[in-house]
Amino acid sequence: MNKILLLLAHPAFGRSVANTALYSAVEGMEGVTCRDLYDLSPDFFIDVKKEQELLLAHDIIIQQYPLYWYSTPSLLKEWTDLVFEHGWAYGHDGHALRGKYFMQAITTGSEAESYTLGGQSSMPLVSYLAPQRATARLCGMHWLPPFVDAGVHYESRAVLAREGQRYRRLLEALQQCSQLLQLAEKYQIADGPVPEANALDRDLLKGELNG
Amino acid sequence: MDNFLLQLLLFCTAAIIAVPLARKCGLSSVLGYLLAGVVIGPFGLSLMGDVESVMHFTEFGVVMMLFLIGLELKPSLLWRMRTPILGMGGMQVVGTALVIGLIGWFFVPWQTALVVGLTVSLSSTAIVLQTMREKGTMETSSGRAVFSILLFQDLAVIPILSILPLLALSSVPGRFSSGEAALLDISSLPTMWRVVATLGAIGSISVIGKYLARPIFRIIAATRVREIFIAVALAMVVGISLLMMVVGLSPALGAFLAGLVLADNEYRYELESDIDPFKGLLLGVFFISVGASLDFLFIGHHLLLIAALVVGLLLVKGLILYGVGFLFHTPREVRSYLAAALCQGGEFAFVLFEFSRSNGVLTDKVITPCISAVIISMFLAPLFFMLQERLTGRSGNEEQQREADAIKERGARVILSGFGKVGADVGRFLLSTGIRPVIVEPDAGHVATLRRFGFEVYYGDVGRLELLEAAGAAEAELLVVTDRDPEKARALIALAREHFPQLKIAASASDRSAVYDMMDIGVSALRRETFGGAVELGREVLVRLGFRRYEAYCLTRLFRHQAEAFLPKLYHAHRGQSTAEYQLLYRRHTSRIAALLQARGENNVGQNEKAWAASRGED
Repeated sequence: MNKILLLLAHPAFGRSVANTALYSAVEGMEGVTCRDLYDLSPDFFIDVKKEQELLLAHDIIIQQYPLYWYSTPSLLKEWTDLVFEHGWAYGHDGHALRGKYFMQAITTGSEAESYTLGGQSSMPLVSYLAPQRATARLCGMHWLPPFVDAGVHYESRAVLAREGQRYRRLLEALQQCSQLLQLAEKYQIADGPVPEANALDRDLLKGELNG
Repeated sequence: MDNFLLQLLLFCTAAIIAVPLARKCGLSSVLGYLLAGVVIGPFGLSLMGDVESVMHFTEFGVVMMLFLIGLELKPSLLWRMRTPILGMGGMQVVGTALVIGLIGWFFVPWQTALVVGLTVSLSSTAIVLQTMREKGTMETSSGRAVFSILLFQDLAVIPILSILPLLALSSVPGRFSSGEAALLDISSLPTMWRVVATLGAIGSISVIGKYLARPIFRIIAATRVREIFIAVALAMVVGISLLMMVVGLSPALGAFLAGLVLADNEYRYELESDIDPFKGLLLGVFFISVGASLDFLFIGHHLLLIAALVVGLLLVKGLILYGVGFLFHTPREVRSYLAAALCQGGEFAFVLFEFSRSNGVLTDKVITPCISAVIISMFLAPLFFMLQERLTGRSGNEEQQREADAIKERGARVILSGFGKVGADVGRFLLSTGIRPVIVEPDAGHVATLRRFGFEVYYGDVGRLELLEAAGAAEAELLVVTDRDPEKARALIALAREHFPQLKIAASASDRSAVYDMMDIGVSALRRETFGGAVELGREVLVRLGFRRYEAYCLTRLFRHQAEAFLPKLYHAHRGQSTAEYQLLYRRHTSRIAALLQARGENNVGQNEKAWAASRGED
């Protein structure tokens, strides 16, 4: 069973309906370590050693956050800056993360359609994850396409709950999957178009429950 | 009693008039004292009583000075100086004695010439060190060389005293005694026991200084009666001097040793500032009495002889000092500094000439002109310092700047006043960041506790100028004022500003009105000591009430910034407007902050987290 480290970054988590729905759906799952970063480092102090030990102890790293200005909340950037140290995560002797899987779970306020050519945001959603893909590559990790719950401003409670279930099932599938490597190879950085959001649904959940 | 008070008034008045005058003319204070002595002496206004006994008593200032020098010197530094002390010092004393002895041989028997040579080879520790301290050249390489030689001269007094009787021409029933061993005379003991007693005395100074001094100071300091602490300091120096006299050693040397042993004691600064005024006064009166003892009548009658003696003394000593400097490969300016600083005769000459007279080694015919020459040479000493500065165009101070890197390493950048509830945490924080402040704490009991916890804390009150200076205020960048009542804090800041304008100030204030008081005198690096802790506690309360940690953090941050931003307005209202108006403004400020922190927009979203909880409408 693959061990999952889930890092939640939401500065106003208490007021977030969508992220609460996702997080509460997977919190307490066996083999999933959930960490609420804004609660653990409210003053942006990050215990780098501890974070690194946790990373070493897991196979799949999932960063869950709302997409702010096409990027991560600031604490998650700080977390990455500090924890992915030179000589540890990358660089000549930096191999600690090699072979791990790296994935994002994102909520967006606007609907999925806005992330298309001609839409409000004009580019496919996954293209905004270029930093995360490049980070994975530099650290020798295998990047997986994101779980996305788009348009959360318009979703009803029932829809949000369904998204939570989809999220949980995806995590279970990731835990059980014995061929993650082949899966990841499909999504290596190449010349072609960026992968679709929720591409893993097709691969792992056979297309069912595509939100 | 009346007479004593009258004399005291006389000395003080003479000093008060002469010293500022001398300083005004760019002369050293030593010269001022000497001139004051001439004015009030038998050939001036003839106001002074028994010059000789005054001089004898005030010689004790030299002992105190060496004690202070010992305090400032680390034993390791002294050990590194062993070559200049023995080599340069030894060569200077022996060389001077031999050359003057040879020259003198033309006029008097060789024994007499040699005794005079030995006697005048010693320079004036009092004048030279006082002048160097005033000019700030003690820490320079020139200053160290001069100090090494002076130290050797102090050591040399002991063997010289024992050689002199052997050079007596006529045997006088005088026995070995400096006439000072008043309490106990160990000279009647067999040699072996004398050695044992001497070593025992030195040993006991080291043991007491190392192991007993600290607990004693601690107990005394805990009484918080300042004069008792001063009394202990004085008693210690006097006691050591007496002990040294009993075993026949130089008291100055003993005091120097004691100072050395106490150099790493935490009460060092306090000792220094307690002894320093006594030393200054005693030396001042000593210089006055030297000035007063110039016998103008005798000099007038033997003008040529005296002039020849003075010129000969200065020339021979100066040349030999320059030569010693040359042989030890010192830089040119150090050689000329040595020659200028040490070419005079010294106060030891009075003792040695007196001793020679009583032992029949020299006659008055020799002694009287020689003493006059020594006094005149001492008179000229401060002038030679000036002359050397003029000629080399380089004062010792410039040299000190060149060496300042090394000193700066030792000198702390921060002086932390108070290591109490606020100071302790400021200090621990600074130490953790690698900044080592000089920590001075006025509560002795607290100091003792802190030392047990491994903090290097000095006992004392930097509200006193001497101690502020001793803590290194002249070189430090910043003074941190903590744990003081507002009035004392303001006095300290004013003192520091006046004397050390380069010193930046950071202060904690106990309450709001203390904050305003500090703002009155323009302190800007200012924190109310309870504010930070209180706000942090408030944050804990919010978290315990179920607020998310990050939200609680943002609220305290907002509160803190609002309070800081509004402080100038409150301050101006407090100072410029009526109490009622101030209270009104304060209330407005309070409700403004409350409104800001509780602001809830759409969906009950707080002002501080509007950005994080964008809703449909704001998308």
